[in-house]
Amino acid sequence: MATDLPLSQTPAVERELVFDMVKRGVWFAPVILLVATVIWGPQGTASAAVAIALVTLNLLLAAAGLSWAAKVSPMALMAVSLGGFALRMGLVCIVLLVLRNEPWINLVALGITLVVTHLGLLFWELKYVSASMAYPGLKPTADKEAVVS
Amino acid sequence: MLQLLAQQAPGELEAGLTAIGRGIVYGGAAIGPGIGIGIVVGNAITAMARQPEAAGMVRTTMFLGIAFTEALALFGFVLAFIIAG
Repeated sequence: MATDLPLSQTPAVERELVFDMVKRGVWFAPVILLVATVIWGPQGTASAAVAIALVTLNLLLAAAGLSWAAKVSPMALMAVSLGGFALRMGLVCIVLLVLRNEPWINLVALGITLVVTHLGLLFWELKYVSASMAYPGLKPTADKEAVVS
Repeated sequence: MLQLLAQQAPGELEAGLTAIGRGIVYGGAAIGPGIGIGIVVGNAITAMARQPEAAGMVRTTMFLGIAFTEALALFGFVLAFIIAG
């Protein structure tokens, strides 16, 4: 297996994707909180806020880990992908275990918001990625444009 | 001895079955995404080795694949906690 892949030369596409998703998540968070408040009351607001924070943290950790590993080697990429998955699920488990008996938490609200926010942000991002397969990893750079012209 | 083992407190059977169900739900939901992420990343690395110039696009697709696969684990995880109450 070639360890001299020019992975380190590619931009940190994971970070770009996640920053886009987090920006949209922050922009859309008040709407989610409002809907959760209408459906589940104050408990729903707190639970939805925790869920949004958890989704954001999860995506940021995934992007940071993969971007770092891609610069190291393909083996590191594989290890960080699978190890990171286990660690991030462990993090979600710890948060749920700690919060599940808190009186201000509604587990159903937290769970539904967690899944809906995660999938919603992904599908939203997918819309932009599928619009151009060149986005964002193969975006033309100034050098390439100069060569073409 | 068998009579002693067969004894159960009220609601014990229900609690036991709930715990078993919770374990099956989360176990199943963790195994699937684990295999899925392995396949996604393995194939992405193969693609990057074959065509290094497409690494950016491959990594984009890989990251989205990982995130979507992870959603399945979140489903199972959340469901397991909701079943437990």
